[in-house]
Amino acid sequence: MNRDGSLLVVGGGLAGLRAVESARAGGWGGRITLAGAEAIEPYDRPPLSKGHLDASVIAREVVPFRTSRQLVDDLDVDVLLGSTAVSLDTAERVVGFEHGREVAFDRLVIATGASPIELPGQADIDGVFGLRTVQDADRIREGLSRATHVVVIGAGFIGSEVASAARKRGLVTTILDSEPVPMTRSVGGEVGSVLLELHRRAGTAVRLGVTVSGFEERDGRVSAVLLDDATRIEADLVVVGIGARPATRWLESSGIRLHERDRGIVCGADLQTSAPGIWAAGDIVHTPDAALDGVLTRTEHWTNAAESGAQAGRNATCDGPGEPFRSIPYFWSDWYGHRIQFVGSHHADAVGVVGDPGPGAFVLYRRGQRVVGALSIDRGGDIMKLRRRILRGGHWDEAMDFARMRYAERPPATV
Amino acid sequence: MRIMVDRDRCEGLGMCEAMAHDYFELDDDDTMVVLQENPPESERSHVHAAVQACPVRALTIQG
Repeated sequence: MNRDGSLLVVGGGLAGLRAVESARAGGWGGRITLAGAEAIEPYDRPPLSKGHLDASVIAREVVPFRTSRQLVDDLDVDVLLGSTAVSLDTAERVVGFEHGREVAFDRLVIATGASPIELPGQADIDGVFGLRTVQDADRIREGLSRATHVVVIGAGFIGSEVASAARKRGLVTTILDSEPVPMTRSVGGEVGSVLLELHRRAGTAVRLGVTVSGFEERDGRVSAVLLDDATRIEADLVVVGIGARPATRWLESSGIRLHERDRGIVCGADLQTSAPGIWAAGDIVHTPDAALDGVLTRTEHWTNAAESGAQAGRNATCDGPGEPFRSIPYFWSDWYGHRIQFVGSHHADAVGVVGDPGPGAFVLYRRGQRVVGALSIDRGGDIMKLRRRILRGGHWDEAMDFARMRYAERPPATV
Repeated sequence: MRIMVDRDRCEGLGMCEAMAHDYFELDDDDTMVVLQENPPESERSHVHAAVQACPVRALTIQG
C-alpha cells in the first residue's frame, strides 16, 4: 500500500469525487486533496434540468453525494470548496488557486468539467440563463414560476428538458436552434425527426435553422429574443443551452496538450495527459475511442464522468502503468414524461428506425454488419438488452429483428 | 451479502442491468427486478460495480 506522496484532484463534480473514492478503494494511503470551484461538495447534476425545475416537486436544497465531514471521516480527504484553480506548473508540481492559495502535488487528476457556452451580452440581462450549477437551476426554477413566455435557445437535451418543464407548467414555449436538424453531434441527424415529434405533441414550438441576433430588454429584464430575419419572439425567461466548452482556460499556459478544436485535454487511453503524472477525467477529456480506430472523442455524460473519474483515480495512484479507460456511452433524458435512452455510438454508416416517430420508437446505428448504438423512447426494459448486443459486437440484422419483435410485442400505446 | 433496493429512488435507468445482468433486469413494465437477492461472495465486485453505477443511488449491499 502506498503511503507516500500526495494526490490532488481539481474539480468538485462527479468525476472528481469518483477519482478520490477509487484512489482510496485501491489502497492509496497518501494524502488526498479535493478542490472544487463551487461552494458545495460534489452533487448530482442530472436532476437540475429534470426534477429540480418541476413545480410539483417542492424546492429543496441539493444534497451532496458526501458531506465535507463524510469526505474527511470516511475517506480522509482534505476538501477545499469555493476554490477555483487558476494555474498549473507541471515542473514545480503545484496548482495555484484564486486568492493566492497554492497546493503542491505528486500526482494530479484534473476534472474541472465544462462551462455552458454563452451568447454575447447574455450575462448582462436579467432573465437569460445557462444551466450547469445548482445556482443556475435555482434561478431558472424561480424564473419559471413567474414566466409566461419561455424561449429555449438550443434544441439539445438540456434545452429540451427545460422546455419540457416549461410546458408542464403550461407556459408558452419556443425552442430555437441554428441547425436545420438538431442534435446531429450528439445522436446523429436522422434521429432529429423522431425526437422532434415529442416537442410537437407537447405543444412546444420549434424553429430550426434560425440565428439569434440579440435580446430585447425592458427595465433591465429580457422581454424578447430577436432573430436576424427581424423576427421578435416574446420571452420573459430565456434559457441558453447551446453546448459546453471544457473549462481549461487555467491550463492554457501549463504546456498540457489541449485539443485544437475545443481546448479539451488530450489524453492517452489511460487518461494520462501529455504531462507525466497528471491525469484527467470527465467532460474535459479527449481519449482515443477504440471502437472508432482511435479517433479522439470527448463525452459529456453522467456515466462517462463517473467511470472515467474512477479510472483516473485508480491509474493515478497505482504503481506501474495504468489501465486503458473503456466505457460504452450511455445517457438518458426525460421529455414531457417520456424517457429517451441512448447507448453506444452514433458514428454509423446507416441508421434504422423501428416504429413511428415518437414514443415507443427505436433507432439503431449500424457500422458494417454490426450494431454499434441504439436509442429508444420509453423502452427502459429493452435498451440494456441492446447494450449487451453492442458490447459483444452483435449482428445488425439480429438487433433489428429484436427491436421489431419488441415493438410488435409492446406497441407504442402500451409503453 | 444481500442486495437492497430503495424503490423510492429507483427510476429504472438500467445501469445495474448493464453492469451485472445476472442479478438485475428491467421487466416489461420497466420495473427493476433483482434476479438473485443473495449473490455468492465471489460475485461481490460484480455487484458492487452495479451499485456504484446507479445514477440515483438506489442500490446498497448489506453484509
